[in-house]
Amino acid sequence: MIEQLFPNVDWDKMWEATLETLYMTAVATLFTFLIGLVLGILLFLTGPRGIYQNRISNLITAAFVNIFRSIPFIILIILLIPLTKFLLGSIRGPNAALPALIIGSAPFYGRMVQIALAEIDKGVIEAARSMGATTWTIIRKVLLPESMPALISGITVTAIALVGYTAMAGIIGAGGLGNLAYLDGFQRSRTDVTIVATILILIIVFVIQWVGDLLVKRTDKR
Amino acid sequence: MIKLEQITKQFRLSNRTLTAVDAVDLEIREGEIFGIIGYSGAGKSTLIRMLNGLEKPTGGRVTVNGMEMSSISGADLRKARQKVSMIFQHFNLLWSRTVAENIAFPLEIAGVNKAEREPRVRELIRLVGLEGREDAYPSELSGGQKQRVGIARALANEPDVLLCDEATSALDPETTDSILDLLTDINKRLNLTIVLITHEMHVIRKICHRVAVMEAGRVVEMGDVLQVFRSPQQPITKRFVSQVTESPDVKQAISQLVRENPDGTLIRLGFVGERTGEPVLARLIRTFDIDVNILQANVSQTHGGTFGSIILNLVGDEPAVAEAVEFLHSEGVETEVIERD
Ligand SMILES: Nc1ncnc2c1ncn2[C@@H]1O[C@H](COP(=O)(O)OP(=O)(O)OP(=O)(O)O)[C@@H](O)[C@H]1O
Ligand SMILES: [Mg+2]
Repeated sequence: MIEQLFPNVDWDKMWEATLETLYMTAVATLFTFLIGLVLGILLFLTGPRGIYQNRISNLITAAFVNIFRSIPFIILIILLIPLTKFLLGSIRGPNAALPALIIGSAPFYGRMVQIALAEIDKGVIEAARSMGATTWTIIRKVLLPESMPALISGITVTAIALVGYTAMAGIIGAGGLGNLAYLDGFQRSRTDVTIVATILILIIVFVIQWVGDLLVKRTDKR
Repeated sequence: MIKLEQITKQFRLSNRTLTAVDAVDLEIREGEIFGIIGYSGAGKSTLIRMLNGLEKPTGGRVTVNGMEMSSISGADLRKARQKVSMIFQHFNLLWSRTVAENIAFPLEIAGVNKAEREPRVRELIRLVGLEGREDAYPSELSGGQKQRVGIARALANEPDVLLCDEATSALDPETTDSILDLLTDINKRLNLTIVLITHEMHVIRKICHRVAVMEAGRVVEMGDVLQVFRSPQQPITKRFVSQVTESPDVKQAISQLVRENPDGTLIRLGFVGERTGEPVLARLIRTFDIDVNILQANVSQTHGGTFGSIILNLVGDEPAVAEAVEFLHSEGVETEVIERD
């Protein structure tokens, strides 16, 4: 039955590509989350009403974030080829996509983190200060927990965008479902391969969305 | 306990400097409940925030419990803040934490370990009357309950001073009273010095020992609450006192009476403590050949004792009325002639 519907699909290859997509998305999401948090917190703390107001660091961080957020991903991949080569010695395989994926999405997520932190009630931060909290304590015990639902929904959106980016990265040979759909499906006119790859990508996206929504609900006590 | 010397705070705005607090001198005694009253923008919040170093004065010196809050910073300031805690108009609880976890927060900051935190939190929950709600989230509490959590949290590190920034302004009258009762209770029980700011004279009347009136960044009047209620000096103070002594209804009734009785002199008498106005009034009526109409009388309770006020309309010859007013003065009754518009 399945054989008849999708005669050209090599299921082993399809499974391998799925794992590659999952791998790229997971690792890139993890690093995007960590780097984005740092960037967002820096932007927030050094911003106009932050605890460590500092125009210069704020401008530098903001410029970095804005520039990398604005470069179209496909161009970023090409721009980063030398860096990737230097870091990994090759521009092929799932790892090769990671630098571009992370650099492309961390500034984007950093902005989201900054916005999430700005939404926190100023009074709560002030209350923590009035209790004698250090900035580090405020970050750990006030800023992060109080903005957790927004941080999670932000990383959910970013992870879903990253799934799309991995497909694009696939075109330059990074592997994954996008690569498979392009090389095996499109270039050889095997529509069934493209369709299966698309369905798998959709399933990944839905699962990410579902897990994200669940976590947001869990953490939101407002 | 708390000493402010020539405290000034200026904010630099884009086109000018704004003086929010202007050369304020204050001394607050240990164990007292000190109220600061003023209208919006008077500089009350700015002033109280200098007591725990949330705001640095641009001039002058703030000393709290021997610590010079205006000059310390870093770890010293953070340590000092654990002993000068604060509650807020909008409670400022962490919504991501339960009641018990919110109360534990300052203990975590002070580095108290978990085993010691738990009994302390339980004790505080009992103190503010929130037994059974320890696992609730702030979103599940009423305003009054939230403020109780705020108070428990503020007391966690056994502070010497509690600062209250409009702590009851977001609450309904009944809840306000229950929170004020709680504050009075902890003031007595823990000998805690309380500084509270408000724009409601009711709050001052109910729990404060002494009061300072702020207007445009300056303290324009200060004294024992009873004294200030009995004989307010500044126009702004009189307006605040009349918040409590004259309801809008009464004011309207008086102006109605004024219109209906175009003759006569309206005077307000103030009485303090157990002494009533009756003997004086009886003598006033017997001695002078004038008509005495009582338009309004009331009694108010302050922390320091009761005081009452009576509004009279004296009708008669001008010299006789003047003599009668003179007589009241000489009897030591606080007397004020109400001007007709
Ligand atoms: N950070 C700030 N920057 C600039 N101006 C400020 C700042 N904080 C307060 N002000 C100004 O200082 C003045 C006093 O403000 P403050 O908040 O102390 O008044 P308040 O008596 O507490 O009033 P309210 O009853 O409305 O809380 C106001 O004119 C206010 O606009
Ligand atoms: Mg204020």
